[in-house]
Amino acid sequence: VTLSILIWLPLALTILVSLAVPSRFVGRATAAGSLITLGIAISFLVRFKIGHPGLQFKTDTLWVSSLGIHYKLGLDGLNVLLVMLTCILFSASLVWSSFREWDRPRSFYFHFGLAQSAVLGAFCAQDLALFVAFFDLMLIPFYFLVGMFGTGERVRATTKLVVYTLVGSFFMLVAAIATGVLVSDQHGTPINFALSALQHLPLSHASQEWIFLCFAFAFLVKMPLVPFHGWLADGYKSMPIPAVAVFSGVVSKVAAYGFLRIVLPLFPFATVHFQMLILIVALVSILWSTAVAFTTPDARMVVAYSSVAQLSFITLGIFSLQPTGAQGALFQMLNHGLVTAPLFFIVAALAARAGGSEMLKDMGGIAFRAPVLAALALIVTLATLAMPGSANFIGEFNILLGVFQSKLAISIIAFAGVVGAAYYALRLYIGAMHNRAGPKVTSREIGLNDAVVLVPIVLVILALAFYPQFGLRRTEQSVKAAVAPAKLVQAASSVQQVAQR
Amino acid sequence: MTALAVVPLKGPHIDWAAFSPLLALAAGGLIVLVVGLLPSRFVRHRVVPVLTVIAFLASIGLAIWRFRHPASIISGALRIDDLALELDMLFAAAGIATVLLSWRDVAPHSSGHGEYHSLLLLSAFGMAVLVSSQDLITVFLGIELLSIPLYILCASETRREGSLESGLKYLVIGSVGSATLVYGLALVYGATGATDFATIGHALSVGKLAGGVLSDPMVLTGLGLVLVGFAFKASVAPFHQWTPDVYEGAPTPITAFMATATKAAAIGVFLRFFDVAAIGTQNTWAPILAAIATITIIVGNAGALGQSSLKRMLGYSGVAQAGYMLSGVVVGTQLGVQATVFYLFAYLAMNLAPFAVVVASERSQPELGDDISGLSGLSSRNPWLAGAMTVGMLGLAGIPGTVGFIGKFQLIHALVNGDYTWLAIVLVIGSMLSLGYYLRVVATMWMRPVGPRVATGEAALAPIAGGSPEADASSRASPEVWFVAVGFAVAVIVLGIFPSPLFNFVAHAGHAFSGLF
Repeated sequence: VTLSILIWLPLALTILVSLAVPSRFVGRATAAGSLITLGIAISFLVRFKIGHPGLQFKTDTLWVSSLGIHYKLGLDGLNVLLVMLTCILFSASLVWSSFREWDRPRSFYFHFGLAQSAVLGAFCAQDLALFVAFFDLMLIPFYFLVGMFGTGERVRATTKLVVYTLVGSFFMLVAAIATGVLVSDQHGTPINFALSALQHLPLSHASQEWIFLCFAFAFLVKMPLVPFHGWLADGYKSMPIPAVAVFSGVVSKVAAYGFLRIVLPLFPFATVHFQMLILIVALVSILWSTAVAFTTPDARMVVAYSSVAQLSFITLGIFSLQPTGAQGALFQMLNHGLVTAPLFFIVAALAARAGGSEMLKDMGGIAFRAPVLAALALIVTLATLAMPGSANFIGEFNILLGVFQSKLAISIIAFAGVVGAAYYALRLYIGAMHNRAGPKVTSREIGLNDAVVLVPIVLVILALAFYPQFGLRRTEQSVKAAVAPAKLVQAASSVQQVAQR
Repeated sequence: MTALAVVPLKGPHIDWAAFSPLLALAAGGLIVLVVGLLPSRFVRHRVVPVLTVIAFLASIGLAIWRFRHPASIISGALRIDDLALELDMLFAAAGIATVLLSWRDVAPHSSGHGEYHSLLLLSAFGMAVLVSSQDLITVFLGIELLSIPLYILCASETRREGSLESGLKYLVIGSVGSATLVYGLALVYGATGATDFATIGHALSVGKLAGGVLSDPMVLTGLGLVLVGFAFKASVAPFHQWTPDVYEGAPTPITAFMATATKAAAIGVFLRFFDVAAIGTQNTWAPILAAIATITIIVGNAGALGQSSLKRMLGYSGVAQAGYMLSGVVVGTQLGVQATVFYLFAYLAMNLAPFAVVVASERSQPELGDDISGLSGLSSRNPWLAGAMTVGMLGLAGIPGTVGFIGKFQLIHALVNGDYTWLAIVLVIGSMLSLGYYLRVVATMWMRPVGPRVATGEAALAPIAGGSPEADASSRASPEVWFVAVGFAVAVIVLGIFPSPLFNFVAHAGHAFSGLF
């Protein structure tokens, strides 16, 4: 079984299903299909060799020969867990959706399949141009999912979402092409977009700087971090729940992953040059989004802004340029994906019990007759606020440790974000589950259709909490390799400074 | 008198084999005209279009036969190389699509099938002459030969005021463009003393004018006027104002033909003239052309934003796209030529699919015409057409998975490679602006506000097959329009995923310019 099969299977299955299955059963068939994909992903995880340097399960053929674009896929420590996460969350979302009625089911599940293929492709791509293509392609299904199946001002929201993120992507497209062309110009080699080839041919410093800014812009918009988050409120508010679960859970991670996979190894000089800038953006973003999550009256937006805060932490960890920080960031991507998706499902479950409203003031007292739902929600909430004992704690701890090692002041301010997370997460939990019952609240126990989605994810969260080494061991070596070039630049410049003195 | 009769004028030798792809179009035009005179309705309405398609197919076949046999024919007036043949195939493909779209259209009925189709073939012949020309005289001949039939075709819906207005407008403005062009050509001839491109190129690069184009007002004015003349045809800003009006008024199949084939012909002659004849003065005209491309990209995209008529919107979008393609001419490299020709083919497919949907939409809802609201809810009435339109729009916007992405990728590649990175940035900023109107079309089709769901009759039984039976029936009644829409949409996707064949194909066009790097 090659990676190509894993990537394209979701899309192929939804096409097959929508052609062959009557529309009543499309949902169930697609959900079943996504479990097959999940199984294949597990088989890759099992076969993944720990400590093996370089890519595993490589596929490499020339896609566009005259442009030097390769169809090159591979797994290493950076992406193996994220591929797993993608399959888990897409399966969860599809199973969740299959218990519900959708207006045009064929379109709905087709766009889900396309989204999964694109996200998996972006994670596995080992060619710069291929990555950019998948990165942009990812957006299209979400455009339709929000525009066709969203709520409220969905057309406005989806247009905003697409325009914001594509603006970033188009700059990235130019930057990516420029990388290929300039590398071949400056080193006199034939044009080649494969990351492995670009890695050994560093660009001149001036080129690195503007290219870095283009990439950073695209990624920061996609995550989003605070000054670039204009699309977030409308977009997340309108997205149908299963879409927002995967969008926040994995699509935003593609951007953070892009920093580790592409920016750090390819543009180490610019990374060091702009380290402070990105750290400050991330810090501002942590504080801002935490403050918004404190105050927003909307349960879904609490989760949305908490995920902005978490992604800011992840960015902070990556740009600590320390192996510990970057590894914490990568581990946190996995953890955050695993908690944010169930939180969105829980918000949907809460809204169903609060007369359809997602406002915190309409909720309250839902735990009364729903102890299992409350318990599941509590576990997820505690994981979100990075309770010691959870895997999120380990991730966040490593991130802060990394930042502490490189920029002390920033790590001290960032601690405020950790404290804030406890406040807004508990505010969400208490406001919804405890307190006085809202006017339209009917406390009902969690149904089987929610439980089959939530329970497995919560089990995975618990398992990671007990055995975080599972994630850390698989990622360690690749993260070190990703950070190494930037560390080298740092070391060289400090040597220079000493020499100048 | 007698002297003339005694000394026989000796015509140049003509290599008929090399000329045959072009000749097929001209001969087809004449045959179709004559056949169209026959009284039988069946012959006029059915045989004439079929013959037209056969003529186009013959031209494609002959072009394939002559492929990779470059030849200069008729004393060097025409050069039938791979670029010319590829564009010839493009014109023929656009022509076939136009014939299919006009199969049930009003335009050929009101102006006569023979005349309509014959003019179409002759216009394509003019385009083929234009992009093969190696001589100022043939350039002018080609431009006129392609334009005059189009003036008439625009006005071919003789009972509709808008169509007549469009034809007249095009005639007046087109004539201004031609006059500008011919004046410019005359000045270039006056300055260099030659009409063929090779000699002009020689004079400009190594001859007496070498290095001093700016100091020679005659050749400078000449080149400027030629540029303006071409810009009129390619609807490059600021000479684009006729485009939306003419596109809106003309019969939709003709608009589709103009938007794709005429554009390709004009960009083709840009390549021929600036990258062959004037290549020696590249550092004079390239900045000007780059500035014009920038203006074109911005004006086209900004103009399209507020349009509610689909044809006007596609007209402005075509202006913007001309700007993208022009940037491939600017760099003056092999890569640039290849990127431009690649984009021309991509543009053909990405534009014909939407135009076919516009034709279908106009027919199913004549009261709405080509207004964007006619597409509202198309996704449930006719998901295939909505899908084709979506693919076309996403392709024009440059989304991955479509050939538009690869085309833009290649253009940016050529621009960065030719030290025009800033123009690449302009190109992507234009693409961002374009999302505003392309996505609006997609949103109209797929994301209309959910009304009360009709739970009676057919709509409840088959929500995918169609909510509006009469509209559905009309699309079933025009399978050829459906075929054009879906066929080109599939091409957009397939070439977006497997672009290599088209790459290798257009690589030959790049080799036609031996003087470029």
